[in-house]
Amino acid sequence: MVRFCLLTIVFACLVPLTASAHKVWLLPSQTTLSGNDPWVTVDAAVSNDLFYFNHVPLRLDNLQIIAPDGSPAEAQNQATGKYRSVFDLQLQQSGTYRIAVVNNGLFATWEVDGQRKRWRGNREAFASEVPQDAKDLKVTESVGRIETFVTNGVPNETALQPTGVGIEVVSLTHPNDQYAGEESRFRVLVDGEPAAGLAFEIVRGGTRYRNALDETTVTTDEKGEFAVTWAEPGMYWLETSKQDNKVQGTLASTRRLSYAATLEVLPQ
Amino acid sequence: MVRCFFSALAGLMLAYCSCATTQAEQLSVSVEIPQLNVSEYHRPYVAIWIEEPSSKTVRDLSVWYQMRQGKEGHGTKWLPDLRQWWRRSGRYLEMPVDGVTSATRPVGKHVLEFSHEQAPLKDLPAGSYTLVVEAVREVGGRELVKIPFQWPVDAPQTKDAKGDSELGGVSLTLKP
Repeated sequence: MVRFCLLTIVFACLVPLTASAHKVWLLPSQTTLSGNDPWVTVDAAVSNDLFYFNHVPLRLDNLQIIAPDGSPAEAQNQATGKYRSVFDLQLQQSGTYRIAVVNNGLFATWEVDGQRKRWRGNREAFASEVPQDAKDLKVTESVGRIETFVTNGVPNETALQPTGVGIEVVSLTHPNDQYAGEESRFRVLVDGEPAAGLAFEIVRGGTRYRNALDETTVTTDEKGEFAVTWAEPGMYWLETSKQDNKVQGTLASTRRLSYAATLEVLPQ
Repeated sequence: MVRCFFSALAGLMLAYCSCATTQAEQLSVSVEIPQLNVSEYHRPYVAIWIEEPSSKTVRDLSVWYQMRQGKEGHGTKWLPDLRQWWRRSGRYLEMPVDGVTSATRPVGKHVLEFSHEQAPLKDLPAGSYTLVVEAVREVGGRELVKIPFQWPVDAPQTKDAKGDSELGGVSLTLKP
């Protein structure tokens, strides 16, 4: 079980670094709701295709839900299966909820008797679990955010305020106001500052039913912004990652940042 | 049916008489809900509104939805399925809305009459507008029909449009 969990976490966090293949995502059952206390159910997985459960579940240990008034909201009925994690959320407030899995941790590799060791965890565990004098010890900080948004009634912005940590995308067009044929604008922040030249991969779901990914690549301009005109309605996945040296403390030498979001684009 | 005929006749006469005395712009919308041969039929939710060229809703004319409490809760749960209307207007309203919202309607032709002297047309500024009719049916489809028009009108006119699935004929009749 422990190995299984570790493996899952490693996969979930490795995704951005391997650049190829695996996609991490949160998929809400719907993004636009109305009425008194409607519910959404959310799937969380790491997969080869969008949005199918065919690899490993995404762990929910670092699930953070922000309610429309900015307070934390509680996920219910959490469960993790073979291929996916799932949870429910009751939208007790009117407005926009930000649902995110935020992973901030350390990743270490070293060598023992010619064998490569890998470790992933938080700062506290590092001291006791990683031999500090290990051969070829390489420590990397990772800051990752996987998120999606749902709105009950009138959309609002309170939950969307950037936290200033890692890569974040500020939707200049509200994330739950995406329509096919319309242009949406986004501003990308790294540690709260606009980030130019960052490439995003954008893929529409349902990849199983077509031969090519049909991904779009956009790069942020000098203001850290990019625009997308959605060709078709559907659930879309946006992903980016980058590496820098802005580490916290002295343990790590490099930092890997990643970001993935799921947005629903509705038909006209 | 007979009573219907007489009231229609009376209505016509009344309309004729009032026309002779006052200049009242009239806007009438006829929406046909088609008979569909499906195994599970639910009456559609329908929203009828007027928007500006910028797609901003300026007047909600009518919204038909399930107003009573049902097995799955109140019918407001499905209002976002009227996607465009929900986006432009619905989500900002407190349901029900006096004079705008009403129960779903059966298969057939439904005619709505509006006078410029009364809400919601009262004080509608002169300009280019689009009449939009959106229909969505539980376990069925969704359709949007648009008819552009100018307001106010200087001569009587009727503009027709037709839906392909969830809506039949839609017509807009404008009278000076």
